[in-house]
Amino acid sequence: MENVYELKNVYKTYKNDGKEFTALKDVSLDVREGEIFGIIGMSGAGKSTLVRTLNRLEEVTSGTVSFYGKDLASLKPKELRKVRHSISMIFQGFNLISQRTVISNVEQSLKIIGTPRAVRREKAKQMLEIVGLSEKANEYPARLSGGQKQRVAIARALAADPKVLLCDEATSALDPKITGEILDLLKKINEERKLTIIIITHEMSVVEKICDRVAIIDNGNLAEIGEVKEVFSNPQSKAAKKLVFPSNPFDPSDEKGQIVRLVFDGTQSNVPFIANLVEETGLKVNILSANTRSVGGIGYGQMIIELPGPAKDRQTVIDFFRKGGLSVSEVSRNE
Amino acid sequence: MSDYIREAIVTGVWETFVMTFFASLFSYIVGMPLGVLLYSTSKGRLLENRAVNFVIGLIVNITRSLPFLILLVLLIPFTRLVVGQSIGTTAAIVPLTIGAIPIVARMVESSLNEVQPGIIEAATSMGATPLYTILHFIIPEAMPSLLQGGAINVATVLGYSAMAGVIGGGGLGAIALQYGYYRYQKDVLWTTVAILIIMVMLIQEFGIRLSKKNRKT
Repeated sequence: MENVYELKNVYKTYKNDGKEFTALKDVSLDVREGEIFGIIGMSGAGKSTLVRTLNRLEEVTSGTVSFYGKDLASLKPKELRKVRHSISMIFQGFNLISQRTVISNVEQSLKIIGTPRAVRREKAKQMLEIVGLSEKANEYPARLSGGQKQRVAIARALAADPKVLLCDEATSALDPKITGEILDLLKKINEERKLTIIIITHEMSVVEKICDRVAIIDNGNLAEIGEVKEVFSNPQSKAAKKLVFPSNPFDPSDEKGQIVRLVFDGTQSNVPFIANLVEETGLKVNILSANTRSVGGIGYGQMIIELPGPAKDRQTVIDFFRKGGLSVSEVSRNE
Repeated sequence: MSDYIREAIVTGVWETFVMTFFASLFSYIVGMPLGVLLYSTSKGRLLENRAVNFVIGLIVNITRSLPFLILLVLLIPFTRLVVGQSIGTTAAIVPLTIGAIPIVARMVESSLNEVQPGIIEAATSMGATPLYTILHFIIPEAMPSLLQGGAINVATVLGYSAMAGVIGGGGLGAIALQYGYYRYQKDVLWTTVAILIIMVMLIQEFGIRLSKKNRKT
């Protein structure tokens, strides 16, 4: 399958009052046709800058961003506008024209490419139907809820039949329930229209819910990239671990105490490990925290436990878990 | 008050109305594009261009800092060139327009500045040209604010039109000056003042209503 985007050694440096700030450092990645690709990172990590290089709202300082084999930086203004017609974008702040009705907002993307009035009205109606807002066509955006506004923005983005949809923190201003609905809608659009979607977010839940692959951006660097299942079950980089695992808020209960993190990678999540441990070794552990998440229907999880006193017993416990296929690592507080 | 003066006041109201209307109209025809240029050529905007922005900004600032009365006198030769005479209502429209253009330009610029950058980013990401973005995204979005600014501008032009009376521009200002000031007819003075106040209030009220009706937020 063809790659929609190929990024090679992308750098972006801002100059502000003589001070230089590098927002992107040597980022190389591919986005494949038809996939939902997540880009996740803490705020300030450079992910918004990265997504803006994908439609050249930001110029790269060096490196190349190719869209279907075309280097975006080489395009003249007119060519760039033409390419932008096939790259739609939705935003955290929705960015609708508040003085125009919902349907006329949706029509904007068609009007820009010169679609005749009657055709675009018809198309806009279809789009509103897809996002489930047909009855709001003649309302003004101010009368809509956040989730509805984002649906209008999605309808506007889809109207011009783009090849790719960029979502810049599109659900970050919405509550979890509405976020879920918007994500379901994006997933549906991805499947029905074979539309490539790139999602920028700081929320793990968004990535685990709909993304096929994920790139983790940390401090301007591409820290990790891969299938969501792999990255979530076995994060390699520090940034990925920090995102995937909630930090451990506990200290050992005494100086000699030891806290470890167990990671379940999906195949063992139906085995009662702790109960088995007690039955087989007679040793007890203290569970400090635990959580699981479902990625594509498979359970992934982690557990923070405190090990019993003597060093020999601790080793027995660790060996027991390792033998069962869990990964065990020692953690300190806030790690 | 004699019938003669009453008649003069009625004519004065009409002259004031004509001066205000045409001067406002012409000042928007020139000032609106200037304001759009001031906005769009400033730093970080769609058509960023320091030279153009600096030159227009300079002209606007110079004309705006001249007291209107001085401008009236300075522009007499120019007015004669344009309308063939330098006194009368028609002649007064010329300096009124010139005086209002920089005010309109700044007012338009400040209204457009209120538009959220996100809207512009959305338009750009859809592949809109800068001109399209200005016409179909920025100006519609700024419309309530533009209308409100418009009412303020028209009221300012009305105030200026009274000054045009000094150089023979006619209108209520001339009547206030002729009868009220030079002939000590206090009743005429206060009547014209009251009419001017009512006219300004009507303009303001009309502008605010129009703006409110237009505001969909």
